[in-house]
Amino acid sequence: MTDLPTVLAQTKEDFLDLGDKDKIQLLIEFAEELPELPAEYQDHPELLEKVEECQSPVYIFVDVTDGLVAVHATAPIQAPTTRGFASILVQGLSGLNVEEALGIPDDFPSTLGLNTLISPLRVRGMTGMLWRMKRQIREKTSA
Amino acid sequence: MSVPTDSNAKFAEYAHPEAIVSTEWLAANLTNPDVVVVESDEDVLLYEIGHIPGAVKIDWHTDLNDPVLRDYVHGEAFAELLSSKGITRDSTVIIYGDKSNWWAAYALWVFKLFGHADVRLLDGGRDKWIEEGRELTSEQPPLTRSSYPVIERNDAPIRAFLADTLAHIGKPMIDVRSAEEYSGERTHMPAYPEEGALRGGHIPGAASVPWAKAANEDSTFKSRAELEAIYLDGAGLKPGDDVIAYCRIGERSSHTWFVLNYLLGFTGVRNYDGSWTEWGSAVRVPIVKGALPGSL
Repeated sequence: MTDLPTVLAQTKEDFLDLGDKDKIQLLIEFAEELPELPAEYQDHPELLEKVEECQSPVYIFVDVTDGLVAVHATAPIQAPTTRGFASILVQGLSGLNVEEALGIPDDFPSTLGLNTLISPLRVRGMTGMLWRMKRQIREKTSA
Repeated sequence: MSVPTDSNAKFAEYAHPEAIVSTEWLAANLTNPDVVVVESDEDVLLYEIGHIPGAVKIDWHTDLNDPVLRDYVHGEAFAELLSSKGITRDSTVIIYGDKSNWWAAYALWVFKLFGHADVRLLDGGRDKWIEEGRELTSEQPPLTRSSYPVIERNDAPIRAFLADTLAHIGKPMIDVRSAEEYSGERTHMPAYPEEGALRGGHIPGAASVPWAKAANEDSTFKSRAELEAIYLDGAGLKPGDDVIAYCRIGERSSHTWFVLNYLLGFTGVRNYDGSWTEWGSAVRVPIVKGALPGSL
């Protein structure tokens, strides 16, 4: 078992410390913080991968430069849960080295205490997002 | 019925105009004490970022599903839920939601399993209300607890189980999933998570009518004439038919169930909520692959 990277460990601790109402509020804050896609991706939708596990349209793109990971995602304002999930992963993965990012456990999303509150079906969307991000990292480092 | 029907001309064409209201009607009836507005969304946080003033939230996954069995809640849990939202057995419940009311229609269907008399959908749902620049609030309404009676569900008239659906093969069925789901194409790329069923395809004889065909761009329902062109001329349904609709878990097919039942006036429509996640994993049930309905 590797330790969770710092940002994700903090996110997990924050969620687990909160009551249900505040968990919802924190996820909304994450949704609001999802950064805009960098301009170069806005003009190239073909670079983005659709996360089929989510019922709202969410697209991700992973960039690996000099061994460091950058993750981008975009989802509609009217899909706050999806945006919140994406934002947690964008903030948690960006800046990690490849080994740290690939070491994140696949079940990280279901350890945030959101399963009862949000439903396992929805949390599965975030698991799909993480899975796809890690797959892209592998593809981009083995090339 | 204490709360008047929306006299909108488009609705007057539908078989049951009393089951649907417009945004104008709702805006004018928001303060009616007999009306309770319920938001029910795919995205569980939407209510918190802004909802119609006075609306309460009922979530399909966390409120209406039994937490252990793959089933809906029973009478006591439903009574507790509705009491906590201030809904009485006589309330006029107006449900709206995201994605052309797909989840709102699901919630309405569950209300009907419990026989709640007056439940209506807001035509166009959340999107139309927002598009028109109508008021939203993130404030929770002050709720006065009500006392909703414990009513046991009566599933049979509007809910089909696996065995019912198996026995129904040869009679009209509508598969409301996407064309790719219907034909059974799969994404077989490595490292992609498997879908929630072991086999792809559709139930023999089911016609493919993706649910969203019934909705306009602005999330409202199409007119009666347009709906008849889709379901009668296109899918071959005839008035009086017993129909089963299904999708992946029964949510999109609730939208179609609403259309067939309330807008077109079919009386024997059932929603098979086990849908493809059950059928596509069940042992030895017949499956047809490809774009044609096929038969047994």
